[in-house]
Amino acid sequence: MAVKTKRSTQIAVTLLGWGIALWLFFPIFWMILTGFKGEVEAVSSPPKLLFMPTLSSYAEVFERASYWHFALNTVVVSVGATVAALLLAIPAAYSMAFMPSKRTRGTLLWMLSTRMLPPVGVLVPIYLLARNTHLLDTRTGLAIVDMLTNLPIIVWMLFTFFREVPAPILEAGRMDGATRWQEMTMVLLPLALPGIASTALLSLILCWNEAFWSLNLTSSNAAPLTAFIASFSSPEGLFFGKLSAASTLAVAPILIFGWISQKQLVRGLTFGAVK
Amino acid sequence: MQAVVEHSPTPGASARKGKGAGFLLLSPAVLILLVWSLVPLGMTLWYSLLNYNLVDPTLHGFAGFSNYWYLLTDPDFLHSLLNTFILVGGVLVISVGGGTLLAVLYDQEFFGRGIARVLVISPFFIMPTVSALLWKNLMLHPIYGVYSAMMRAVGLTPIDWLAQFPLLTVMMIVAWEWLPFAVLILLTAVQSLDSEQKEAARMDGAGPVAQFRHIILPHLGRAISVVVMIETIYLLTVFAEISVTTAGGPGVASTNLAYLIYSRALLQFDVGGASAGGVVAIIIANIVAVFLVRSVARNLEV
Repeated sequence: MAVKTKRSTQIAVTLLGWGIALWLFFPIFWMILTGFKGEVEAVSSPPKLLFMPTLSSYAEVFERASYWHFALNTVVVSVGATVAALLLAIPAAYSMAFMPSKRTRGTLLWMLSTRMLPPVGVLVPIYLLARNTHLLDTRTGLAIVDMLTNLPIIVWMLFTFFREVPAPILEAGRMDGATRWQEMTMVLLPLALPGIASTALLSLILCWNEAFWSLNLTSSNAAPLTAFIASFSSPEGLFFGKLSAASTLAVAPILIFGWISQKQLVRGLTFGAVK
Repeated sequence: MQAVVEHSPTPGASARKGKGAGFLLLSPAVLILLVWSLVPLGMTLWYSLLNYNLVDPTLHGFAGFSNYWYLLTDPDFLHSLLNTFILVGGVLVISVGGGTLLAVLYDQEFFGRGIARVLVISPFFIMPTVSALLWKNLMLHPIYGVYSAMMRAVGLTPIDWLAQFPLLTVMMIVAWEWLPFAVLILLTAVQSLDSEQKEAARMDGAGPVAQFRHIILPHLGRAISVVVMIETIYLLTVFAEISVTTAGGPGVASTNLAYLIYSRALLQFDVGGASAGGVVAIIIANIVAVFLVRSVARNLEV
């Protein structure tokens, strides 16, 4: 009897686990599938699960030379913002983790609170500042804003990772005559490299998917993939095949990144509060 | 710079010089964040007191609090404020409630669990404009959408979700993006629970419900507060999902505060009015932030 209940519970859990997973993933699966359909099949009624796959939608997306332009903008802005943020955040996190003062806790919480400033509250001044400094619709302008919005979270994450590096190791280095610079670059950075890598990864994901500033601060020159996809909203959105192919291209790199790094992301995102 | 290159021979000197170096290393990040948070804030406050329209130069001069008066008595504003709270609250309830249950589910051993988990968390990595278009067109389109086809297949009339239930539909799309995030965090927390503790409880005859209430749920407190904090930051300013699917409509049925300010500023060019809205948004976010930062600070060991 007990064995029987156990087995039926096991079956129920398996069915439920897979059912919910497939249901939540279905829109993404359908998007990938529709990208390989021709426009006629993409809107066939009822929707087809089996069809002759074609690359015509992808070919059309690539034909618009613009796709690469948007993709390049996304890569340049995301990488630029991430590198700049790390350059500012690594020294700050090092200082807070290894040279803490009475104000460290307050500084960290204050940094986090700047992240709570709703972007829409400062949309008008940022827009006007960007316009007046000719940074509107430039990759530099968008990268600066992305860098600033993510900086608090990046400092927090690095702080969490640095604190796990035992201070005696750094002190040993100092005893051997290492300068602060050497201590940071030659002792700490190699030890904290996995943490820094997952911080960089999270920053890349956040920048890649950032939509608010991308849609409001760029129009054509610097528009990243988020804006490119938004341009499909209407009436072009009715070309389901092309829409799906373009969307798949826009999300694939970051989706794969996310799959690979999910474990490290959790540690980073929870500031080490959840182990 | 001197403090950075010098090394300290004695521990006492190290602590003293450490202070200077620490300050020097910390200050660039602090300064840039200080400028970033104060300058636009000051400008927003100032603009909110002006008559300022980007396309109408005849409107200028000091407006006093008339922008605020105009905003606060505008029924659209109250409506969008309410929509903002419904959106944040609804998504939080769905993602924290659903996330907790799913975290327990995906903590169980079953065939192919690893792959199922990866599928569940995937929507979190999809950019907002893509997920909005995906749902609007491929899933919920009244004629071509998969959901409509399914409803027809069982003899029902398809619903034009975004026209009939705009706010609810936007909420569902946003929840689809954020539920996986909650699962990701809460699952990690559930897994860290001592399996011996669970085993002991079962030996004592605690059923699954009792185990969940008395062992798992108390353990998740911290993780839930982290989820609520991070999600609230993002949910207060949901924008792309609304812009792409409904453009705030019909009327203002799915307009939240973020979208209202955007439409005042960049569609109607009313800088003064939009800034007043911005100030209100900042005040609301700060009220929320005070509670959040407090509860999180309690939960984090800094």
